Amino acid sequence: MSIRRILIANRGEIAVRIARTCRELGIETVLAASEADRDSLPARLVTRVVCIGPAHPSASYLLPEALVQAALGTACDAVHPGYGFLSERAEFARLCEQHSLIFIGPTSEQLAAAGDKLAARAVAQQAGVPLAAGGEVHSHELARELAERIGFPLLVKAAGGGGGRGMKLVERVQDLEAALDLAAAEAGAAFGDARVYLERFASHARHVEVQVLGDGAGNVVHLGERDCSVQRRYQKIIEETPAPGLSVELRERLHDAALRFAARLKYRGAGTVEFLVDVTRSDYFFLEMNARIQVEHPVTEAVSGVDIVAAQIAIAEGQGLRQVRAESWPEGCAIECRINAEDPAHDFAPSPGLVRAVRWPQGEGVRVDTHVETGTTVPPFYDSLLGKIIAHGRDRAQALARLRAAVAMTRIDGVASNLALHSDVLADAEFSRGGVDTSYLARLLERRVRAAVRHG
Amino acid sequence: MSLTARDIAEITRLLEDSSFDELDLEIDGLKIHLRRSGAAAAVSAPVPATTSTRPVPSMVKAAEDPALVAVRAPLLGTFYRAPKPGAPPFVEVGVKVEPETIIGIIEVMKLMNTVRAGTRGKVSDIRALDGSLVEYGETLLSIDPREPA
Repeated sequence: MSIRRILIANRGEIAVRIARTCRELGIETVLAASEADRDSLPARLVTRVVCIGPAHPSASYLLPEALVQAALGTACDAVHPGYGFLSERAEFARLCEQHSLIFIGPTSEQLAAAGDKLAARAVAQQAGVPLAAGGEVHSHELARELAERIGFPLLVKAAGGGGGRGMKLVERVQDLEAALDLAAAEAGAAFGDARVYLERFASHARHVEVQVLGDGAGNVVHLGERDCSVQRRYQKIIEETPAPGLSVELRERLHDAALRFAARLKYRGAGTVEFLVDVTRSDYFFLEMNARIQVEHPVTEAVSGVDIVAAQIAIAEGQGLRQVRAESWPEGCAIECRINAEDPAHDFAPSPGLVRAVRWPQGEGVRVDTHVETGTTVPPFYDSLLGKIIAHGRDRAQALARLRAAVAMTRIDGVASNLALHSDVLADAEFSRGGVDTSYLARLLERRVRAAVRHG
Repeated sequence: MSLTARDIAEITRLLEDSSFDELDLEIDGLKIHLRRSGAAAAVSAPVPATTSTRPVPSMVKAAEDPALVAVRAPLLGTFYRAPKPGAPPFVEVGVKVEPETIIGIIEVMKLMNTVRAGTRGKVSDIRALDGSLVEYGETLLSIDPREPA
């Protein structure tokens, strides 16, 4: 069936992003906004706004009943959950299903399978996708045995976690039991699921993920990979496609593994299969699947020419992958910087407040996804993403040159931001060569601190 | 607005003569809610579709009186003025209320949340329509606290 009105169950730049494609498709939009977001940019771009609750997300964006009620009360036929908030909560998808609302995303069963990291490991195993050594632990004795086999350092991860949350690095066997107990207690409190598992820790690996689209009937396609190795405390800062320096053979193995995983789930919608890749040993293993649109999807859109939000809507309408397959594959490379309202001088603490003035860049091959304008207030209740600057070029050198110029052109006054850090990374020789691993940014930050001390 | 006071009087007379108790009418963005059992007809302008979400000031002059206290929706949901269909409304315009007086119900996914007046006074204006979606913070009705309780 064709979708006529979509409830956007999100805020910020992704709400703007969804509204833009809906407008292109002639679909009406209703923004479910918290009190703090009533006058936000997305609120001005949609057909209608309904206020679902106070600013704190636990009383608004995280209330499945309020969002479904808002969709029903405004006669929406579909709900786009964006990323974060309720986007990967199986019970939200189920509530939509129960009220005959189209959830623009996977089925509730698929969300449950991807969200439970142990269940996802089992799917990977069935699909013949390599896994990092590890497994679930039920007792200290079994944990010690398993840990000896995996070797230290290792990670204690929460079955209900993901995206870098609920993870602990354990360096020595004598720290294992305390880490397990703490991780289980924290996971129980944070995710309502105290199950934890052990996984080998790869200190010099790259984070490479594959964008997939599935029609829900077992047909899946990929739109290439993204390298998201520039991370600070497991949070991605810069993403690019294609992943620099991967052999054609390794790249194809990653794509195939992602397709096998998604096909095994008969995955419906847009999703991302994440891997850790050891390029020197040409080795890789499954990390997790993100069953939603990703923050970094624009780099894939830039090189593939596919509007991923439009593809999500088409799949939700039951049109399958026809549109996606019709697209051609332009050549090129794209890189994205996430501009966050956080203060590098204070350990990247969030820096909410009034944006007194902002100037976003423009230029050939440059795209900006943002909800922030001069006069926008960044509330303290939500993530600190101000916007994303994406540069596309015929090769990595051109994309990088365009991105450097674009970042240099950007000004944000009123709130602290990580713009200067982005300039440093883009100018850095190691990043410019390409193929840095996930430990890169921490090393760069240390160098910055030392340089500041010398000059200070 | 294409409706005149005479039109509204005419519509009211049509309702009087009909077998119906309530009439909801929407013409060019103007919403009229008429109720036979009620003491007065509430006329309110709708929320414009594209611009702001803030409830538009009521056309009833008294609502602009700064002394009036608004009772706002504590959550988004479907507003009901009566405990069940066909039952008399919890309150009508002119009725005296105590802070604990129930003035309506907001349903969210079959969960009924009672809304209380929160203020002592007299109901001066009922804004939210029975059975309509109300947003968080939307004014449901206003109370004149100057009225002796």
